[in-house]
Formats: sequence, structure tokens, C-alpha cells
Amino acid sequence: MVLQAKDIRKSFGDNDILRGISLEVERGELISIIGPSGCGKSTFLRCLNFLEHPDAGDVRIEDVGLTSPRHWHRRDEAQAHRLRAHVGMVFQSFNLFPHRSVLENVMMAPVHVKKMDHEAARRIACELLKKVGLAAVKDRYPDRLSGGQKQRAAIARALAMRPSVMLYDEPTSALDPELSEEVLSVMRALDEEGMTQLVVTHDMRFARAASDRVLYLEEGKIVESGDPDVMFANPREARTRRFLRTLLS
Amino acid sequence: MIQTIARSLGRFIVCGLLVLGSAASVLTSCPAQASSALVVPGAQSEHDFPWASDGEANVPYVFHDPAKEGRVTGFEYELMGAIAQHLHRHSRFIQNGWDGLIPGLSRGLYAMVIDGIEMTPEHKEAVLFSHPYYVTSDRIMVRREQQGLESLAALNGHAVGTIKNTAAERLLLQQDNVSVRSYDEETNLFSDLKNGRLDAVLIDEPIAHYYGSDDMKLVGPPIGTVAYGIAFSKDNPALRDAVDNALTTLQHDGTLHRILARWNLWTPQMAAYTGDKTTLDIKPQAWEDYRRTMESMSGSSFHAIMYRYVRFIPLIGQGAVMTLAVSALAMILAVAMGVVLALGRHYGATSIKILCGTYVEIVRGTPLLIQVLFIFYGLPAFGIRLSPFVAGVLSLGFNYAAYEAENYRAGLLSVPRGQMEAAIALNMTHFQALRLVVVPQAFRTVVPVMTNDFIALIKDSSLVSVITLTELSQTYIRLSSTYYDYVGTGLMVGLAYLLIGLPFVRLARMAEKRLGRVIGQGHH
Repeated sequence: MVLQAKDIRKSFGDNDILRGISLEVERGELISIIGPSGCGKSTFLRCLNFLEHPDAGDVRIEDVGLTSPRHWHRRDEAQAHRLRAHVGMVFQSFNLFPHRSVLENVMMAPVHVKKMDHEAARRIACELLKKVGLAAVKDRYPDRLSGGQKQRAAIARALAMRPSVMLYDEPTSALDPELSEEVLSVMRALDEEGMTQLVVTHDMRFARAASDRVLYLEEGKIVESGDPDVMFANPREARTRRFLRTLLS
Repeated sequence: MIQTIARSLGRFIVCGLLVLGSAASVLTSCPAQASSALVVPGAQSEHDFPWASDGEANVPYVFHDPAKEGRVTGFEYELMGAIAQHLHRHSRFIQNGWDGLIPGLSRGLYAMVIDGIEMTPEHKEAVLFSHPYYVTSDRIMVRREQQGLESLAALNGHAVGTIKNTAAERLLLQQDNVSVRSYDEETNLFSDLKNGRLDAVLIDEPIAHYYGSDDMKLVGPPIGTVAYGIAFSKDNPALRDAVDNALTTLQHDGTLHRILARWNLWTPQMAAYTGDKTTLDIKPQAWEDYRRTMESMSGSSFHAIMYRYVRFIPLIGQGAVMTLAVSALAMILAVAMGVVLALGRHYGATSIKILCGTYVEIVRGTPLLIQVLFIFYGLPAFGIRLSPFVAGVLSLGFNYAAYEAENYRAGLLSVPRGQMEAAIALNMTHFQALRLVVVPQAFRTVVPVMTNDFIALIKDSSLVSVITLTELSQTYIRLSSTYYDYVGTGLMVGLAYLLIGLPFVRLARMAEKRLGRVIGQGHH
């Protein structure tokens, strides 16, 4: 088991976004998280690397565990920092650093966070960019890339830190279908290599075809989880069925 | 106009600071001085005799000799030389603006002030005075063709000009129906009489003699009595007594008489005051020299004027160096402090946010001039004494830091939140995220505004002239009022400001262009 989340809770004011979500992820799994907007799926993902501080709950990734404290202290931040060393994240809006070239975007964290030698970081970055098909545009600045290229660059940037788990927060929602395909094929290739991936997505075709497991979230809880073929063909819960029907009809 | 407002405001503040300063000096001046040796504040050696005056447009008291660049002269200047000699010391003149003269005395920057200061009861509350070294009266001066304005009563219904905070001003204000116009500079006062904005001028007789031209005349009898005294700090009666002794000797041995006669200022009134009925056979050499210089300048050839401007260049250069040094150091301080304030206000804990916010609001909400005066003249009351240069840099830097802080905060706000999140997700620390990701992007929006601020700061640096720094504006005031030349020197000084500012505009353009190329229209 590479990732374990236990009873994650989070509310914004009176609004309970997460009402106790638990999840165990095996190494190499690709898990899709689906559900209506506002169901808390993005918040859950962001709680896993503490971009959002959960109100309560445990997260353990590899050998680093952190129980959400009532008040966030410096030592908790230090522990979150250790935990993030094992997690990469990709955002819907890419969030590439616009003042740095693609290559520099990928090199930045290894050089500054891992204190990696500049040449070594460069070698790794070039390798990763080649893998995501961006070797030819590595010296461009982000605003000269297409959306699909931007997202692939963002994936390379996250991979450069050698994470055990990759989190994707609606990675293709801002992209046209054919550009989405560029990104999804990279994710499939990573799956083949054994990368553990959690994907919040609206792309049901991808969720069904590529996932090992699908989670259906509604109102801050996991309603149903299981094998995608089983769930899409024959959901156990009425609420899952209703969601899939409105989406697919 | 601005200058006038600034100076009158300055005067107002100085009064307040004076009260503060004298309160502090009461607290600190208790121990009796057992030694009989003279305590000379501001002295840099045992023979030093430092005194201050405002030598801008201050003929014939202490002024810059228009005939010889860099030479200071005047009857008070010569008198101080004679007193110093009598006390076996070396006279040293320190330039200070009129508003700063007494505060500087309270601060111990120098030992005494001589600047035609009238010995009024109000002044006597703030300082100790020597015996009067000159006694004179106020006189009415009008244009040559003017008729019938020969007494105070006759001035009713007319526009009459005088110098601020003088006996003459008080006399005029007591009249029922005089429209009183008060000036800082004699030069401006007399040019307004000449061009008809004023019907008459009421002023100390020596000034009337020296500033009046051929198309003006003195009318009516002398009005009232005005006595000038040398001012000392209240806690130094020993020095005052020593100078009084020297003055008495100089009166009796005729030295004072000779000095005044050279300046054409020995009058029946002075003879009566000193009891000296002799008539010395002395040519009013200084007076004649001055008149001749002024006449020769008014009819100057183009060549002579150009020659004079060339001689101004080193002086303007010195002023420009001072302006640039103060501005550049202040900007460095403002940038560094502004970054800290902006980060504190944006990311700090609540208490730090409030602290930074309060600083910004207070500093932005109060005039820079008050801050400059407070830091230089006010802080010594709390035991913090800064040199004029350091005080100037600090007050400008502290002030602009508040503006820079808001500027940078706007820059930080302009960077999308996702940038910080992406950096944190890549396991950067907050500090790394700021340094590598957020601040460089914020910088892009901040550069154009910073350029503006720096140019504004260069111009605002003229305010440090109130704390004795001779920078460009002060150089302009001095040259223009010495030579009655506001246009030519104005253009030269204006050009100097432009030349100082231009490199920064160029630099900012380059930075913008570079950043613009790097970041492009990139917006996600």
C-alpha cells in the first residue's frame, strides 16, 4: 500500500465539503475519482498533499504519515513537506511558471528543492520532456505552447521530483478532445510503467477505459467504488446510476 | 509657491519642535559646569568657533558674494570673524535654512546664530541673546513715482509687503486696513514692488538700502526700533557672556564702527546707541563693491552671462551629486523595506499584518516635510542624533518604503494563486516559492510604477534642504537669489534633474522589455 487516507474531513464555514473519506491505494493503481461538481473530489485530492489543510484525518504516503492537527504548527508543516516529497500534482489550469522556459520549469524543483547538480537536473529534465513529447519545444516559454503541450510539460515538471504518487486535478477539463488525448496517452504510458495515479476527472471514457478502480463521490462521501466496467455497466447505488445516466445520455 | 508653503509650514513645525527641544534640554542640563573653560557646542577642535546663518538672499547680513563664487561675506560675517579673533578662535560659518537656525542651535550643531534676529519677547523665550550689535528702524519704500505713502497711517487701503515674522509684519498687521503680503525672500519682495503687485514695502533699513534700486525711494521717517542680537542656547550663559564681553570691547575700540562703516551701515541711530560720536574716515568700500557688482551684472553682455553660467556648472554638479546620493540611497532603503512590509502585510501573522498596515497608513498619511523635520530635529529629544545626510536618507527612505510596500503588495496580488500552489506542490518552501516563483512575476507589474516613484523621489529629495543639505534645489535658490537670475539658473538646474532621472527611465525600459520578452502576454 503506497497511500492511505483515513476519515478525511473538511468544511468551509458551515459547508461540510468532506464528511469522512477513507481510501487505500496499492502501488501501480490508476484510480479515477468522479462525481457532480461541488461533491468535494478536488478538495479531497488537495487534502492528500496538504495544499488544503483537512480539519481532521490521517494521510500516509510511503513511510510518512501526518494526522491533521487542530492547529497547524511549524512541525506539521515540516511533516507535510516530507510527505510532499513523494507526491506530484497536476492542475487543471497547468500553473506553469510563465517567467521560465519549459526546461527551466522542469529543472527548478530538483535544483532548488533537492539541491541536485545543475547538469544532472538538466539531463533528467530533457529525458522527461522527450518522454512526454516536448523535446523540440524545451526552450520555449509556456505562453508559446498549446494547452496539451502545457499540461504535458506540467506532468514532466511533477515527475522530475520522482514521486511515488501522481495526483491530477481535472487535467483535461481545459482542453479540446484531441489535445486531451495527448495528455491521457501520457498518463496511460505512466500507468504501464507502474506509476500510482489518482485522477479527478469528468472524462468518463477515460475513467472507464484506463482506470483500475473508480470512486464515485457525492456530498463529501464515497458513495461507491469498484471496477470501472462493473460500475459503469451496473452501478450498485441508485445515486451512482442517476449520475452516470445524466452524464452519458 | 510650494517653497513658500513649505517654509511657512516648516516654521510652524519648528515652533513645536522648539518647545520639545527646550523641554529636553531642561531635563539634561542639570549638572553644574565646574570648569571655567568655555563650552562651544559643535566645535570640532579647541579653537573652532562654529556659528550659523541663512546665507541665501541675505544681503548685507551674511551672503554669497556675487562677485566671487564660493566666497561668503556680509557685515555679520565680518563681525563674527572679529569676535572669534578676540576670543582666540577661528570663525566657522555653517549654512542653515532660516527655519532650521534655532532648532539647530538647540540641537548643538553650532554654538550661536546671527541672522538679523530681532530681540522680541517671543524670541527671548526660546534663546539667550547677546547685547544688540545693531540697532535700526523699519522704513517705508515705494516706487519712485509714488506719492503720499509716507507714514504707517497712509498705508491704509494699500498692498504692502514685508518679510515674515518680523517687527514690520506685526506693525502692519496692527493697522486697520492694510493688505499685508508676507515674503520669505527679499528678492521676491522687491521684485513685486517693482512690478506693481505691491504699493509699498515696510522693512528693516539695511535691507531697504541694499535691495532698493534706482526706481525706488525711501519715504517718511524711521518707524520703531529694531535691535538684532546673537542667539545662544538657553543652557549656555557662559558663552553668551564671553561674546558680550567681546562685543563691548569691539564697540569701544571702534572695530564694530569700522565694519559697519565699510558696509555703509553706520547711522546716527548707531552712534546714539553706542555713544560713539566719532566720525571715521572710512570709505564704504563693501557697499560700493556690492553696488558695482550688481550694476555690472544687470547690464551684462551675452558673453559675460555665459561665462557666469559656466562658473555655475561645478556648483550645480555638486548639488546634483548630493541629490543623486540622497535619492539613490533612499531608494535602496525604500525598496528593501518596502519588500519586507509588503510580504509582512500579505503573508504575515495577523499581528504583523496590523503592524505593517499601520506603518504604511501613518507614513502615507503625513507630509514628508514633517517627517524630515521630525527625524532631524525631533528625534534628538529622545537621544537619537543623526547627521543631516543620514537623517535625509532615512526620512526619504522610510517615506517611500510605504509607497513601495503598497506597490509590491499590488504586484503580489496580481500573481495568480495557482502559482504559489504549484510551487508548494513541487515541495518548495514558502520562502523558495516567493523567491523563485511569485516575486519575479510580481516584479513585472511593479517596474513601471517603481520608475515613477524613483523620479518622484529625486524631486522630493529637495525637501532635505530644510536640514542643511545643499542639494540641487537649494543650489538653485542660492544662485538665483544671489544673481537675481531665475530663468537661466532655473533651466540649468531643471536640466540637471532631467539628466539624473533619465538613466533610471532607460534602465526601467530595459528591465520592462527584458521581462516583457520573457513573460510575453502569458496569462493563464
